[in-house]
Parts: sequence; structure tokens; C-alpha cells
Amino acid sequence: MLSLVGSLPSSDPGAVTTAATGINQYAWLIIALPLLGAALLMVGGKALDKVGPLLAVCLSGASFVLGLIMLLHTRGMSTQDRGIKSHVHLFDWIDTSSLHVAAGLRVDQLSLTFVMLITFVGTLIHVYSLGYMEHDPDRRRFFAYLNLFVAAMLTLVLADSFVGLFVGWEGVGLASYLLIGFWNWNPAYATAANKAFVVNRVGDVGMLLALFTMYLTFGRLDFDGVFAAAPHASQTSLTWMGLFLLIGACGKSAQFPLQSWLGDAMAGPTPVSALIHAATMVTAGVYLIVRSHVIFDAAPNARLAVCIVGAITLMFGAIVGCAKDDMKKALAASTMSQIGYMILAAGLGPVGYVFAIFHLVTHGFFKAGMFLGAGSVMHGMNDQVDMRRFGGLSGVMKITWVTFGLGFLAIIGFPLLSGFWSKDKIIEAAFVGEGWRPWVFGLTALIAAGITAFYMSRLFFMVFHGKRRWTDDVHPHESPLTMTVPMMILAVGSAFLGLILGPTGIIQHWLEPVTGHTEGASKIPSALLMIITFLLVAGGVALAWLRYWRDEVPVTPPVGSIATQAARRDLGQDDLNEAVFQRPGLYLTRALVFADNRGVDGASGGLAAAIGGTSARVKRAQNGFVRTYALTMLVGVVAILGVVWVVQ
Amino acid sequence: MTSSFPWLTVLGLIPLVTAVVVFALPTGVAGRAARPVALVGSVATLVVGIAMWTQYKGGTTKQQFQFVETHEWIRQFGVSYQVGIDGLALALILMSLVLVPVSLLAAWRDVPADGTRRMQNYFALMLVLETFMVGVFSATDVFLFYVFFEAMLIPVYFLIGSYGGARRQYAAVKFLLFSLLGGFVMLIAVIALYNYGPGGHQGFLLSNLTGLHLGTWPGRWLFLGFFFAFAVKAPMWPVHTWLPDAASEGRPATAVLLVGVLDKVGTFGMIRFCLQMFPEASKWATPVIIVLALISIIYGALVAIGQTDMMRLIAYTSVSHFGFIVLGIFAMTTTSQAGSDLYMVNHGFTTAALFLFGGFLVARGRSRDIRDYGGWQRVTPMLAGVFLIAGLSALSLPGMNSFISEFLVMVGTFQRYKVAGGVAALGVILAALYVLLLYKNVFTGPAPLADESGDGGHGEHGGGDGRAGELVPAGGGSVATQAGDDDGSHASVHGDSGTRSEQGANEDHASAGHTAPCGRVLAVPDLDLRERVVAGVLVAIIVALGFYPKPVLDVLRPATNVTMNLVHMHDPAPSVPTSQVNSK
Repeated sequence: MLSLVGSLPSSDPGAVTTAATGINQYAWLIIALPLLGAALLMVGGKALDKVGPLLAVCLSGASFVLGLIMLLHTRGMSTQDRGIKSHVHLFDWIDTSSLHVAAGLRVDQLSLTFVMLITFVGTLIHVYSLGYMEHDPDRRRFFAYLNLFVAAMLTLVLADSFVGLFVGWEGVGLASYLLIGFWNWNPAYATAANKAFVVNRVGDVGMLLALFTMYLTFGRLDFDGVFAAAPHASQTSLTWMGLFLLIGACGKSAQFPLQSWLGDAMAGPTPVSALIHAATMVTAGVYLIVRSHVIFDAAPNARLAVCIVGAITLMFGAIVGCAKDDMKKALAASTMSQIGYMILAAGLGPVGYVFAIFHLVTHGFFKAGMFLGAGSVMHGMNDQVDMRRFGGLSGVMKITWVTFGLGFLAIIGFPLLSGFWSKDKIIEAAFVGEGWRPWVFGLTALIAAGITAFYMSRLFFMVFHGKRRWTDDVHPHESPLTMTVPMMILAVGSAFLGLILGPTGIIQHWLEPVTGHTEGASKIPSALLMIITFLLVAGGVALAWLRYWRDEVPVTPPVGSIATQAARRDLGQDDLNEAVFQRPGLYLTRALVFADNRGVDGASGGLAAAIGGTSARVKRAQNGFVRTYALTMLVGVVAILGVVWVVQ
Repeated sequence: MTSSFPWLTVLGLIPLVTAVVVFALPTGVAGRAARPVALVGSVATLVVGIAMWTQYKGGTTKQQFQFVETHEWIRQFGVSYQVGIDGLALALILMSLVLVPVSLLAAWRDVPADGTRRMQNYFALMLVLETFMVGVFSATDVFLFYVFFEAMLIPVYFLIGSYGGARRQYAAVKFLLFSLLGGFVMLIAVIALYNYGPGGHQGFLLSNLTGLHLGTWPGRWLFLGFFFAFAVKAPMWPVHTWLPDAASEGRPATAVLLVGVLDKVGTFGMIRFCLQMFPEASKWATPVIIVLALISIIYGALVAIGQTDMMRLIAYTSVSHFGFIVLGIFAMTTTSQAGSDLYMVNHGFTTAALFLFGGFLVARGRSRDIRDYGGWQRVTPMLAGVFLIAGLSALSLPGMNSFISEFLVMVGTFQRYKVAGGVAALGVILAALYVLLLYKNVFTGPAPLADESGDGGHGEHGGGDGRAGELVPAGGGSVATQAGDDDGSHASVHGDSGTRSEQGANEDHASAGHTAPCGRVLAVPDLDLRERVVAGVLVAIIVALGFYPKPVLDVLRPATNVTMNLVHMHDPAPSVPTSQVNSK
């Protein structure tokens, strides 16, 4: 049914595009398997209530195995074949005289990296959900949505055109909407789901405008065509494309100024927060920028904007993270901040692309692990999330404590753990360059590393250490194996993945054919930078230790400074949105509805007014109108015939 | 060459004959036979239509129209019976032929078989309308087109005025007045156009009236005459106000045929008559029309967001969507034209799904007022699912049919008019708002309770109450009670989960406590088999055309190219043409 076409020519001398060979031909199966699972589980009915979740786990796992084989296949290629991009042509999708978009896949090092992350972490979270959602009556639907998400996310990273990417892009948005609102009998959760979708749509309009500009400039929308022609386009076009793509990335990756949905998205079940709103979907913006690096390489102004957005967001998230008492929302703020690091790195250009992806991968492990840990804590604490009511859990939830602890150490950049390798590289890259930029971006990244250490330690100590501040009705206990095993695996990844991929140069060597890489001289020698970073981190941890471990944490939050209050309110993001968009929008729609019922109706001929009046009058008019109508038709036809006859 | 089989005449006659049979059935038999006969007739029409499609020659033929039949009708006055179709007409006819049986099935219980002629007349009227649909899309004689254009009003008038909701009289008359006004203006233009043509006994043939040298102002006046009629029909802002009334007071099936099919005559006419016959005048009017189209897109969406009547909301989304179609037509790039052509087909299915699924809901909740709903996903999960899919199609989610057409319209418009393309893209955000707010207000929240003491609290839903008695068939109540047990237990399990969250001290979790149902959950049945067939067909088409629109695009492509040639417009060339374009 699916045919494979021959090689597509490409002008990029560095890269050869060929039709996929071997196992890569079957890349479509990677998407098809979870999609099939989603379809089966959705239409399957109650018969699948028992086996459905297991089926979903297996299909997600099968995608991982397939992806792994493809990874090994690609890795086994000889050195001169490293630039190979395998193409899988599936079918003609949009086929008009002027715009052709084929449904096709691109299998290269970048997409395979994501395939691995999505399917590996995704499968672990499927397994975890078996335990976490065990008692939910709708768990079949939950697993259907999870599989749908995995399929959409894989489409996003495997598509070989911007339109195909956009299918996955909005597809993950849909899955995210469905899963945030999974418990939508709670109106607040339903609102959170809507908010996420609508804010994402704002970003998606940016994406659309980027696509429009590309079509206007190049006349095509496939990666090969766009990237081959991009270096010849005008600076203005490229800058616009870059800025529009950035808006898209801001929406999906919760970057300033489109960050407001992520905190509310924590309404979804915790495995969803781990998979979608920490490890994979929210990093799609980083993928988009790195994938489109040819455009950004040639548009330095757009890249500067990317850096600014990343720097603002990484600081924004870090500040908000310091004030949140809701465990999941604190983690969400941290996610926002960490993605800010990745966006910043992507904006730095060829010195940063590899590290953006590297940090994305390590973050996927440790953040997913910590969210699963949070879910485990909630599981044992009657679904509470207020950290002021936790404390001292290290004694009763040992596995959760250790696995979460490894993720915590990784994210603050504890030496030799994963985050140490990936985040320090970003800080170092941010100090590369001329003029004011390295100082602004570098120092922001550096200081935020200290703040990160503070708020993550605050979170860790408030949950696992200090005095037990539990409510009377909770009896914390360790979670079942289906939940703890995925946490253990992710913890191992949090600990060692950076060490395996970073200092060995594996990740750099692997991604270089796609993203390119240049080394730059940091303004501060890297050894010195490492020491400064470590001191800042140690300072942050120490401060948190003083306030949240040694001192007792009050059960009711203290009033706090103005800064704390602002941070608790997410620095006023929702107040701003409400004042600028929601209220005026509400009044506008109300005014228009009013005007439409009266004004426009009346203005367009006064017809409604003429026939309005009492219903009796309308009735009389109606009876008369049938005759009038027949008469009009008759007059019309007579008139037309008469005129024609005269003219003849 | 195509066979001489009179495909189009046969296609038009089958529903007409069926209608006569349904109408003539003795009342004793009609209660049982009218509906099956009508359904079989419309399905037979669809089968013939598909057979015709297989005979249709794709892009290779030079002729614009195929299956042409020419017969003298009123020789003295230059009127011929000439029918023929191009790809656009074929696609729209096929869409109509699918929508009619689907609508008939959805309308199965709209009118009780109470021993009067009401029910059989209802179905006969819809079949008559089908005949006129085939006629209006295939007429290639301008006078014949006018006759069908006007004749369509009659069955629609009766469908709304005799079978609609509480304000049906008002809505039907308003619809008729607007349409008559538009039709009258067009009539003048038709007569005037004939005077500029070669005259003779085939003087009204489209082929004799295309490519005339009319001079600047006569061409513009004629263009405006046609355009006004089509803008009313389409409907565009500011002459859209008849649509929400007609669509909400008519039955859902009527609304489908009205908005999904008949309104397409407006945009179809803009291409066939405005652009193809008056290319210069069309270009002259483009700036104004593009602005009107943009206003329709944004205004329709904003007003939709503010509606409290579900059916009016859906009608306003169509105002927005028609704005996109008109925008693509008048942006006059190949891509935007292709998008508009495809949009016309897609919108038919999307809007049919919205109206019919909304109708399923109203049949259960006995109100069109959105505020009377909430939490219905708990009791009718299947209906919630298909409604969401219809909504996602309306907001043009990629993977759904309308994404491709809306994307093509916007990207094609952007080629020539950047600001217009950008403004249209804002409609994408508003679409998300009106769909998701509707879904949230109707389907999410705690399960609805059986005690409806709060009913009647809203001043506005008198219309919904007034028609409720007719909407739910006799015996529907017992079905509701039967299904009630399952749904009740289902929802109470939700209640347990709700209390799980209730204990959370967190601010966001706190509200969950109030949502745990504390009374008897409303007993309404989920979709029955008939409704599942309707939903299944529409959802399958929506998804299939989202991933594989090629069969439709292949049919439309030559028609799009003909239009582009007739208006003599060239696409703006990409500023960096890729030298290695590897289009197939």
C-alpha cells in the first residue's frame, strides 16, 4: 500500500538525501503502532477495559524497539555516510497545482534522538500509569490519549516538511488538551485544558505565519526545499520566518510571553505532567528551532530574539519556582526555566544547538523522573500537593526519596551527574561572543543556576526532610513496583546519561551532521566558570537548607515580601492576560452580539424591523407571503421573457 | 468521449420521483414506508452519483464541462435546458448527495408519524430540495440557473416555516425576504446580461455569455448584481443576519441542507458567474470584498463566542468559515482558489456534523440554550466524543478535513495580500475559543442531575422549550429510563474520583469537592444505532479527507486552473525559486 520513491535531489553539498534503506523504510510503523493503539482503545468499547492499557504499553514499547534498531542501523553507517538523511515517502497529501506536500518522514540523527527520548520515557510512563491510574474508571480512555500523544509527538519529530511537523505540532496540543482535561468534571480542570489549547493556538498562528512566509519566499514547504533555498533568501524574509517560528516555539514550550498555560496544565494526571509537560511536548519548541537552524543561522536578529526569550524565561521560571508551595507547580516553573536554558542555547547558534538538544535529553530523564516521584508522593499522601503539608517523607518512601534525590542532584548540576554536563555547557556557550551579549546571557544563565539550586533544594527539603507536617488523615506508603521501577530507571538515566554522552563527545559527534557545531571561546575560562557555578549552586542549596530543613516550615504560608507575593501569582501573568485580553474580549463579543441582534439586522435593509412586530402579524404576513412569493416569481419570469422577446 | 447517458438529468430525477412517491403514499402506509422509501431514493441517487464520478474524466480533457446535455426549452426566449459539470460542480454535487441521506437518517424522528401528512411531506420536501441542488450546480444556462436558484427557496421556506422551532414563522419569512431581494437583483442582472450577449435561441447559455466585451461600467454593474445575490446566499457580513435565525429555527437536518449545501450556491456562483464571466470587474471589486470577507471571518467568530443558543453559535461559525471561502476566491491565487474549492466541500461535512450532533443533544436536553447543559460527557460519552471531533474539524485541527482547505486559503491569500492572510490567521485562535468554550459548557463539569428545578431560569430559551415537545418522539422516554442505570453507575464512579481530589488542600483541587454529584444523575441515552451511523459516516469522511484529500483535489484541480485562466491572474513568484524543484 505504501510505496517508496527514489532519491530526492538536494543542493546542500554537505548532506545527501536518499531514499530510506533497510529498517528505516519502516519508520512509519513507529508512528502507526501507537496510533493504532489510540484508535483501538477509543472505539474498542468496554471489551478492552482490561487488556487495553497493556496493549497501549506494548505498542509504545514496540515503537521504542523499532526506533532503537533504526538508531543502531544509522549509527553503524560509515563515516562518509553520516550526513545521510533517510527519506520515507508515504503518500501525496496536499496535491494542488501550486503547492505539493507529500506525507513523508525524515530519519536522521536529530529525529532519531527524539524518537528515542519519546518512546523510551513514554513507555516508562505508560508502565507507571498502569499503577497510577489503576483505580480510575476511565483508564482505557487515558491510555488511548497517551498513545495518541506518542503518535502525534513522533509525527512532529519525524515529519519531513513544515506542514507535516504542524500536524504533529497541533496533534500533541490536542493530546495535551485531552489529558489536562482528563478529569474535566472539575470545571477548573476543563478551563485549564482550554487555556492550554488557546494559548498554544496563539503560538500556532505564529507557526502558520512562518509557513506562509516560507511559501511566499520559496514556494514550497518541505525541509529539503526550504533549507536548500534559505541561504539565498533576503535577510528580512529570514528574520520574519525566524521570529514567527519563535512565536510558535514560545506557545508550545511555554516561553515568555506565552508561558501562562503551563502551571495550570498541572491539572492533568501526574504521568501526563511528566511525559507531556516536562519531558517531551514542551521541548518541541527547541526541536523546531534546532530543526530550522538553517534559517536561524542566516538570521542573526531572529537568533538574538530567541536568546532574549530564553534568558527572560529561564529567570522568570526560576523566580516563580522559589515561591510555589504546590509541588507540581513548582516543578512546572522549573520546567519552564530549564526549557529557557535550551531556548537560549538554541538561540546562540552553532555553538549551542548540540547542547540545547543534550540538555533537552538529560532534562527529559531527570524531570520526568521527578514528576513521577511527585506522583508517587501524591499517591501516598491522598493526592495532596501542598508541600507545606509534607516533610520527612524520606523515612517512609525510601525508593521515591532516592530516585527523586538523584533527579534533584542532576537538575542543580551536582558534579558528574547528568545536569552538570549539559547545563554547564549551556552556561559556558552563553559566555561566547562579542560585546554585551555574552555578559547579559552568560550572567543570567549563571545566576539562574544558583536560583535553581535554591528552589529545587527548597522543594526537596520541604517534601522529604524536616519535620513531618502531615494532615491527620494521611498514611504515606511507598508506591507499587509498576510505579517505582520506571522511577528507578529514570533515576539511573539522570545520574549517568550525561556522563555517557557528554564528556565522551558522543552526543556532539552524533548530532553534528544535522546541526553543525562550532566551538567558541568563553569570556570566562571554563574551569573558572565551573568553579563559580559550583559555588553558586552550593550557596543556593545551603540557603534552602537553612530555611526549609533546619528551620521549621510553617504550615500556613507566611505573607511574604512583595516579590514573593508576585512570584506566587506567577509575576502577574494571569492578571495581565485578563486585563489585556480576556475582559476587553468579553466586552467586545457582548457588544457585537448586541449589535448583531439589533444594529446590523436593522441596518441590512430594516427587514427584521419591517416584519417584526407581533407574532400574529408575522403569521398573517407569512400566509400572504407565499402568494406574494409566487407572484414575484411569476412577475420575474414574465419580465425576463418579455425583455428577451423585445430584444429579439 | 463520455457516453451519451444523461447522467445529470437522471441524477436530478431520482429524488424528484422518490419525492412524488413519498408524497403520494396513502397516509395509512406512509407512517411505515415514507422514511425508508425516501432513504432508499436518496441512497440510490448517491450510488448513481458515484457511478457518474467514475465516468468523469480527470485533468486531461480540454472541455470545461462534461456530461453536457442540451435541449431547447423556450426557444423564443433563448432559454435552454443545458446541464453540465466541471470538477467543482461534481465535488459539490457529490457532497450534497452524501449529506441528503445522512440528513434524512438524522431527521428520522423529527416529525412523529401521527396519521397526518406532516411526516411524509417533510421527507418529500427534502427530496425535492435534492433535485434542485443537483440542478443548480449543474445548470450551464444562466436562466436555468436562476430558475433553480429561486426554486430552492420554496422547499426550504416550508421546511423552516412548517417544521421549525418556536420562531419558525419569523425565521422563514426573514429567510425568504433576504433571498428574494438577492434573487430580484440577480434577475435584473440576468436580463441585462442577455442583452449584451449574442441573443438568439441559445442566448442564455453560459458559453455564449462568458468572455463578452462588456465595457468597464456595464461589466461592473452586472458583476455587482450577481455578487449581491451570492453574498446574501453565502452569507457574508453584513447581509448574514437571516442565517442564524433560519439555521436555529429550522430542524438540524434543514440547517445542514441550508448551510451545508444551499449556501454553497453563493460561493459557487461567485466563481462560476462573478469571476468567470466578469474577471475585470471581479478584480476591481477585490479590495472591498477581501475586507468584507475578513470582517466575516473575525466578526462571525466573535459573535459565535458570545452566543447562548447552540444552533445560532454553529450558524455564526459558518459566517466565519464562509469568510474564508470568499477570501480564497477573491485572493485569486491558484493556491487560495484550490483552498476555497476544497473548503466548500469540507465545510459541508463539518457543518453537517456540528448541526446534526447538536441536534442529537437538543433532542435529549430539550433546549438549545447552552446554559442548560454541563457535564454531559459523563452521561453521553459517545456523543461528546463525536461532537468534539466535529468541533476540532471546525477549528481546523491538522488531520481533520478543514485544516487543509483553510491552510491553502490562508497561505494562498498571504502570497498576494500579506495583511489579509495575517488577519485571517487570527480567526484560527477565535475558532479555538468558540469550539472549546461550547464543548466546555456543554460536556465538561459535574454530571448533570435529573432534578431540573433550575430550568426556566433563563429568559431566552423559550424557543427551545417551545419545540421540545416535537423534538422527542413518543416512546423516547422509556429508552431514557432503560439506559439510565448504566450511566448512573458510571457517573457515580466519577464522584468517587472527585472526592479523591477533594481532600487536596490545594486551591485548584478545592473546587473538585463541589463537583461530586450528590443527586440522581440525569438519565439520558447515549447515541443509538441510527445516530451512530450518522455520526460514523460524517466522522469517517472528516478524518479521511484530512489525511487523504487527493481524490477530491484531483477532481477540483482542473476547475481551479480554468478559473485562474479565465481571470488572467498569475501567481506571485517565490522570491527565491528553488532551482531544483522536484515536483512530480
